[in-house]
Amino acid sequence: MAGQTHSHTDQTVTRRVYSRDPDAFGVPTGREEEWRFTPLDRLGGLTRPIQPDGKIVVDVQAPAEVSVRTVGTDDPAIGGVHTPSNQVSALALAGIHEAMVVSVPAEVAASGPTFLTMRGEGGSQYGHLLVEVGAGAAAVVVVDHVGTATLASNVEYRIGAGAALTVVSIQDWEPTAVHVESQTALVGRDARFKHVLVTLGGALVRISPTVRFAGPGGDADLLGLYFTDTGQHQEHRVFIDHNAPRCRSRVTYKGALQGEDAHAVWIGDVLIRPEGVDTDTYELNRNLLLTEGARADSVPNLEITTGEVLGAGHASATGRFDDLQLFYLMSRGIPETEARQMVVRAFFAEVIDKIGVPELVERLTTAVDDELAKVGR
Amino acid sequence: MATLAIRDLHVSVDDVEILKGVDLTVASGQTHAIMGPNGSGKSTLAYSIAGHPKYTVTRGEVLLDGEDVLSMSVDERARAGLFLAMQYPVEVAGVSVSNFLRTAATAVRGEAPKLRTWMKEVKAAMADLEMDPAFAERNVNEGFSGGEKKRHEILQLALLKPKIAILDETDSGLDVDALRVVSQGVNAVRASTDVGTLLITHYTRILRYVTPDFVHVFAGGRIVEEGGPELAERLESEGYARYAALAGSGPAA
Repeated sequence: MAGQTHSHTDQTVTRRVYSRDPDAFGVPTGREEEWRFTPLDRLGGLTRPIQPDGKIVVDVQAPAEVSVRTVGTDDPAIGGVHTPSNQVSALALAGIHEAMVVSVPAEVAASGPTFLTMRGEGGSQYGHLLVEVGAGAAAVVVVDHVGTATLASNVEYRIGAGAALTVVSIQDWEPTAVHVESQTALVGRDARFKHVLVTLGGALVRISPTVRFAGPGGDADLLGLYFTDTGQHQEHRVFIDHNAPRCRSRVTYKGALQGEDAHAVWIGDVLIRPEGVDTDTYELNRNLLLTEGARADSVPNLEITTGEVLGAGHASATGRFDDLQLFYLMSRGIPETEARQMVVRAFFAEVIDKIGVPELVERLTTAVDDELAKVGR
Repeated sequence: MATLAIRDLHVSVDDVEILKGVDLTVASGQTHAIMGPNGSGKSTLAYSIAGHPKYTVTRGEVLLDGEDVLSMSVDERARAGLFLAMQYPVEVAGVSVSNFLRTAATAVRGEAPKLRTWMKEVKAAMADLEMDPAFAERNVNEGFSGGEKKRHEILQLALLKPKIAILDETDSGLDVDALRVVSQGVNAVRASTDVGTLLITHYTRILRYVTPDFVHVFAGGRIVEEGGPELAERLESEGYARYAALAGSGPAA
């Protein structure tokens, strides 16, 4: 792992600087690879230090065996997994006064999902969340963002050896919210990590999930679903760092876009380091443009620095909603709204069917239908 | 008893007139063959009646039992009792045949068919068309062979039971066995329902299996000759050469 007090650079095309020091990055200009897709003028000032004046109310529903608490930033666990790789993340880590910690003790299988609902009540804020799952434990954590805020935040997942963690992170913000978040997971030996990112709301949402492995045999399954509407900028930057042998990763992100200036960005970086022998990785991004005026950028990047991989591949495609499909379905009597719904539901089914949290399936299916209902209105 | 009446139909694509005044009436129980060379506008007629957005009707009318078809949306036309078996059926990724068929049947019938009888109905219709039951779990038209696509179209015809069916070059791309099976499927629907059929074809070979009551020769965007089944036989031996002059002002082949 990168040092925490001084920066260093990976010797790779996916060059990344890691540092807790915001000055290690400098204020973004938009020319950096890291920021070239992001409209910096719409970040609500998060590229410079802010005086947090906002409020985020957290509602917690957790089974008894899962502990949810708030700790000071002096807690040694904070920043132990995640080292910022961009300036907003570094500012957030430097600017927090406390952090929320969700812990599942070793060998405990949580009896139900833990729900954290973060309701933004306006203003700017920094945030930090750490989810620790002990060795051999199993848990499902759902983090739901609602309301509005200008939020820069970091999330860390520490997954013990042989543990299984499913995280569902939902960006269901009101249309005014700005949210820039970096997440890092450290997946233990033979542990399983399922990460589901759902972005529906917000004016600008930019989430950067990173996965690293603490030992061999780890498994990371990253699923993404986004629905980008008129004027929204939704950016997802995935980085899988195959730094240990015999690990597996799957990245499946699917997005639908509609409306003028709807802009989605997907970056999928996979690095297989020399020690990542017998890696098995595949990443996929699909975008469905439902209307004119929407734009999707999709950049997969796979870098392999060992000769011994089991599998490594990626696919990326952006397609238009097909008027011929619509005609075909309607010519069988199916009304237009229902025909569109069929096609878009089918498009997202690959992701929704894999989430594996029954409590969310109906909500997400409904959310997709609701988003779709906005089309052409 | 249903009647599809096409009167003086003019249709353009990108401001180029393709149909130049088509008059044709198809009634329940009748089978009309429309024959003509490539580019004569046969498929334009089919798609215009179904409401494909690419085709602009500039003059004339299409009435189904007196109702103005041209003012209906594509789905309304289907629910009113029109069906188009397409020459090039469209792939719908991620939507299974069984889901598609049931959704379509629900829309056309106005209520969801009872699951138990529905399953039986689909199974029987698929067996008639010599289709493997596993077919129902595949995605609509995805990776289908030419023959499978056409069988799937006729399967829909059998299940949706339209008043008037337009079969657009259903015989194209089929080998002899597939042509026989598909034709039997069409004949089974003709025998069990009172469907009026408009059979669009370039070749006469499907007419050996599906006997038309009327044959219309299409050239240059209009019907240029009409007759009974014997007209098809003459076309079989003579081809369309004699209509070339009539097609002179029509669209390019």
